[in-house]
Amino acid sequence: MLIVTGEATPEVSESRPVRVFLVDDHALFRAGVRAELGASADRVEVVGEAGSVAEAVTGIDHYRPEVVLLDVHMPDGGGAEVLRQVRSKNIEVVFLALSVSDAAEDVIAVIRSGARGYVTKTISGRELADAVERVRAGDAVFSPRLAGFVLDAFSEGPNSAPVGDPELDLLTPREREVLRLLARGYAYKEIASELFISVKTVETHVSSVLRKTQLSNRYELSRWASDRRLV
Amino acid sequence: MKARFKRKRTHQAEAADARPLAERPTVPLSTQSTLSGQLRRRRTGRLVAGVASGVAEHLNLPVLWVRGAFAALAVCGGAGILAYALLWVFVPQSSGAEQPISVKERQQGVGMILLCIGAMVAAVSFIAAPTWVVAPLVVVLVGAAVVWREADESQRRRWRQGARSGVAGALLGGGGRAALVRISAGAALVVLGLVIFLVGTSSIDDVRFGLLSVLATLIGVAVLTVPWWVRLVRDLNVERASRIRSQERAEIAAHLHDSVLQTLTLIQKQADSEREVRRLARGQERELRNWLYGPDGYGSEREAAIDDAPAARFAAALGRVCGEVEDVFAIKVQQVVVGDCDLDERLTAQLAAAREAVVNAAKHAGVAEVSVYAEVESEQVSVYVRDRGAGFDPDRVPDDRHGLADSIHGRMQRHGGRVKVRTSPGSGTEVQMEMPRAAA
Repeated sequence: MLIVTGEATPEVSESRPVRVFLVDDHALFRAGVRAELGASADRVEVVGEAGSVAEAVTGIDHYRPEVVLLDVHMPDGGGAEVLRQVRSKNIEVVFLALSVSDAAEDVIAVIRSGARGYVTKTISGRELADAVERVRAGDAVFSPRLAGFVLDAFSEGPNSAPVGDPELDLLTPREREVLRLLARGYAYKEIASELFISVKTVETHVSSVLRKTQLSNRYELSRWASDRRLV
Repeated sequence: MKARFKRKRTHQAEAADARPLAERPTVPLSTQSTLSGQLRRRRTGRLVAGVASGVAEHLNLPVLWVRGAFAALAVCGGAGILAYALLWVFVPQSSGAEQPISVKERQQGVGMILLCIGAMVAAVSFIAAPTWVVAPLVVVLVGAAVVWREADESQRRRWRQGARSGVAGALLGGGGRAALVRISAGAALVVLGLVIFLVGTSSIDDVRFGLLSVLATLIGVAVLTVPWWVRLVRDLNVERASRIRSQERAEIAAHLHDSVLQTLTLIQKQADSEREVRRLARGQERELRNWLYGPDGYGSEREAAIDDAPAARFAAALGRVCGEVEDVFAIKVQQVVVGDCDLDERLTAQLAAAREAVVNAAKHAGVAEVSVYAEVESEQVSVYVRDRGAGFDPDRVPDDRHGLADSIHGRMQRHGGRVKVRTSPGSGTEVQMEMPRAAA
């Protein structure tokens, strides 16, 4: 982020497009994303792309993008591996998972490794540009499906295991409410008016859900995955 | 020691076939890097069972040194023979490429064996072991060697034939009469050796004789069958693993052929009709996705994946309902389900109501996408069907339209559920359906 001081023109920071790096092992899909984002060229600029984990790590190191659009499924370890390697180099970059996968374990794994959001590949170019801007600003972006995954993972079923640290592992009723509306297909703005809170508050709730998802290292996610024979 | 010599002779005929192709290097340095590093007995280039050459290859030593070491140990109280026999039983045969044996090496090996036998005879006569101990022992060793050798042969035959035989097949290995004769001869030699041994000790009284003979028989049976059981178990495991792998591969290929390839062909033929292409692609995507990741999917138990079996679980049934509407109306239904439970009468009614709601959205809302969200809680099951389409004014719905009134409201109320519709012209529609769960 540019720090705007005094009389400097605020338009500069507003109009500069977000620098985005694409990671996906299908060249055709990368071309498609570039084309879709081309329609929002004033907001998002694709600075580079990579088709494998090693390429991605080198490319991110070289281009220093602000946002990385990360595929979950790749050979040599997938998105989680890219996250692990880039994070170990301590590069300040935000990741947004962009996946076709319905396998919750993959998605949750990427989120838990530190991706700031998850959207599906059926997303439109305009929505994707919105999502990129939102994660750049430090927000979490959930698709309805991911909201469903997280609700499912944290749901208190009749046979749920005892929770070790309630403050860490449980979602507040408000967060559940926000997630439930997300899963029902509401936009952040619609959630805000539905719950009579500000959009900013919705974003705060979603971000804290993301933090809990990343921090909660036990019971729910693994139990949930094994219940569904995903592991 | 005579056992080793005997085995070498039975082996000669076949080794002669493979020999003249190339001169095998005595120290196989270059092949070392290509091997997995696991100790394997050599299938060819062997004099007895390929143990010495396998060890030489593993340790990267000249094979002559290894044979010399075995011979020297054999002279020292027979330890070499024991070591060789144990390696023979427990080290698997290599299944790699065949390498012919050189004349020079064969001569060296035979010389080594003869030298070893001579040394052993000298040593035995020097420490003056009684003949009635040594002679039966030699006979038993020869017999066991013949039988074990046949086990090696049967294993090779099964490799060649693709190995689909039962226990009898594993014993005889498809070798037919020749194998039977060799095994019988070996077994006869072992029994003979044991009998001679027992007769030689006839001075001992009858009770001990009886005990000894039972014990000796058991030892004989064990000696005869150990190599088979060891190899049988090992082979069956290897074979089962590879069969499972190839079945998986075949199943995936068949599924892709039946679904994806067929759909792609249809799409090529109907490329002009955008709507039809979308419908086909969406149906295919849903099916493949369900196959890969779904609750009845590829990763889970196979029995559940039968397509036309009635879905007993709520999530799968809802997915099927949404899929049907997708296909019929060529729209996209994004469905998210949290939790799952068994279907009962109430939930079936709720599913029918949800289906009607999705159909209404597809027909009247004029949008390409409908969201369906379902949540299974301990007290109730909620389904939300939402579109961002035209919306309508509930007060102005004509009385002759029954979809919402009968199919949704009526159904839900008959089973004790609640329906809430939020809509207004221009802002889309959301139908909320809540059904309390049965107390059970």
